[in-house]
Amino acid sequence: MFGGHEIVAPIVLPLVAGALILLLEQARSRWVAAFSLGATLALLGLAIGLVRQADDGVVQAYLLGNWQAPWGIALALDRLAALMLLLTAAVALGALVYALGAEGGHGAAAPSGRSHFHSLFQFQLMGLNGAFLTADLFNLFVFFEVLLAASYGLLLHGATRARLSASVHYVVFNLTGSALFLIAVSLLYGVAGTLNMADLAQKLPLLAPENRRLAEAAALMLLVVFAVKAALLPLYFWLPDTYAAASAPVAALFAIMTKVGVYAIARSTTLTFGAPPLAGLATPALPVLALATLVLAAFGALAATRLRGLVAYLVVASAGTLLLAIGIGSAGTLGAGLFYLVNSTLVAAAWFLIAERIALARGGSDLLEPRALGHAPAGWAALGVAFFVAAVAVAGVPPLAGFFGKALLLQAAGQTPFAVWAVALVLGSSLAMMVALARAGSTLFWKGGVGGAGSAASVARAVPTAPSAAPQHMAIVALLAALLATTVAAGPLARYTADTAAQLLAREPYLRAVLDAQAVAPMFDVRKEMRERGEAQ
Amino acid sequence: MLLVLALGIGTLAGCGVWLLLRARTFDAVLGLTLLSYAVNLFIFAMGRVRVGAVPIVGDAKVHTLANTTDPLPQALVLTAIVISFAMTALLLAIALRARAETGSDHVDGSEARH
Repeated sequence: MFGGHEIVAPIVLPLVAGALILLLEQARSRWVAAFSLGATLALLGLAIGLVRQADDGVVQAYLLGNWQAPWGIALALDRLAALMLLLTAAVALGALVYALGAEGGHGAAAPSGRSHFHSLFQFQLMGLNGAFLTADLFNLFVFFEVLLAASYGLLLHGATRARLSASVHYVVFNLTGSALFLIAVSLLYGVAGTLNMADLAQKLPLLAPENRRLAEAAALMLLVVFAVKAALLPLYFWLPDTYAAASAPVAALFAIMTKVGVYAIARSTTLTFGAPPLAGLATPALPVLALATLVLAAFGALAATRLRGLVAYLVVASAGTLLLAIGIGSAGTLGAGLFYLVNSTLVAAAWFLIAERIALARGGSDLLEPRALGHAPAGWAALGVAFFVAAVAVAGVPPLAGFFGKALLLQAAGQTPFAVWAVALVLGSSLAMMVALARAGSTLFWKGGVGGAGSAASVARAVPTAPSAAPQHMAIVALLAALLATTVAAGPLARYTADTAAQLLAREPYLRAVLDAQAVAPMFDVRKEMRERGEAQ
Repeated sequence: MLLVLALGIGTLAGCGVWLLLRARTFDAVLGLTLLSYAVNLFIFAMGRVRVGAVPIVGDAKVHTLANTTDPLPQALVLTAIVISFAMTALLLAIALRARAETGSDHVDGSEARH
């Protein structure tokens, strides 16, 4: 599109936009929101272009600073990276449109305004996009820190007491994770002498036997760090509190954050640690832990007392399903997992938005208990429909694409040693989710009744409807429409994710693309000029 | 030299983890700081510790790792220091705000229920 520079554009665009928004905010410009929206729309367009570009199956490398691969930092665009970019942009657009609606309203729901919401939002997008594109482990660490730093700021918006203590937990936990990341990265550098993921993939199989254990330790430590982000069983306890405490658009954006961990695990297990002797290092542990995560998430969803808490456990369950697919790691399960990833991210984002609308319509409470509403708040029926559609999508019931994802996954897992457990627990957790959602839905929408007598007192509180709820409804409808689109286009999408899995497992094209990428002839050869000047002296 | 370095890293990391587990925000901040020191030293050590070797260009020697020390871990450490410094500042700000809002320096915002 832009002479090869389109690969770095998803990082540069939000960075520049975020910085400009800071300046616009300083000048108290009215155009902050419009500018932020424009930048996100541009990002979506860019991501669509990149998906089309990556779909020809050629991995493209981009050499930052024009240094050749193992020495400089390389970015790489393949099908997986492009898919994640598109998903990020789509979720971000939904979250942003919703936030714009909340901005016009007031009260606790207003996430933006004074406190740099839009610039933090753009910086978060920059971190996410960078993490998906980079082909360098240390660079991955840096982008993780960028997206985490932005997420700390976003999480603290309109800080309430619960939000503050959740933030402390979240920050401390992630900083500890970062320390572990650094230890693992430097261990790998110590034994292999490189941090380029493609170069590591080549060098790790050639390690001397005495260094192999160190490399294994480093690989497992990295997986632990990624599992923290992805919310795998012993490490997911930060998630429900954090996600339930964040404001709705932020939580919706965070739906993609767990997917960063999932992405990193998929990338590192197939690419960096994809060759023997490190291949299959996590295979017994990862699927087992993923299944355990599924079970606990089902219990968590059944026991949730708040809608937001329930939704947070839906996110944990989807992470469990995804890690099961990646942990088994066959071409079939990987493809099915990536298909499910698209759905589960979109539906999780939609859920956080719906949960807040429901809470607002019920006078600000998302407690799962009967509550008389007086008369139906505006758009109550539409909310019910949205709840139903999202519930069907997240539980994996036909006819929506969540069902295809799970069906594909179980079909593929059926040919592996995990078949029995995978089928039993994935279906069992789906059932538990359905029960939890049905119970929540009937409590929220049916019990307590609408139009009952003696509830006049709650009427005044129950109808807060902000004057600008339209963008919020639009955001929810758009996310659900995207879900429906993935259902209608399930065939092409499944084809794309299957190709993605094949590309991941092939490894060699990625290695060659990154390591053989040639530095381009620079427009201005600064170094040559310096050399000549040095010789003249 | 190596023994001192290893003991230093071990002590820092041990103290850091212990402080981190104490469930007070100030202790957690200190613990994370110590932990990041340990990590920075560890990155440095992973580039092989050599005494008196120049990082990139020496005088009239062949520029291989036999004559020079590896400059990359030093660059990595610089990045890690900057990031951990910024994150510590951020965490301190959040911890202070939490202390002011909740009136407790427990990481849960209130004392544990016994």
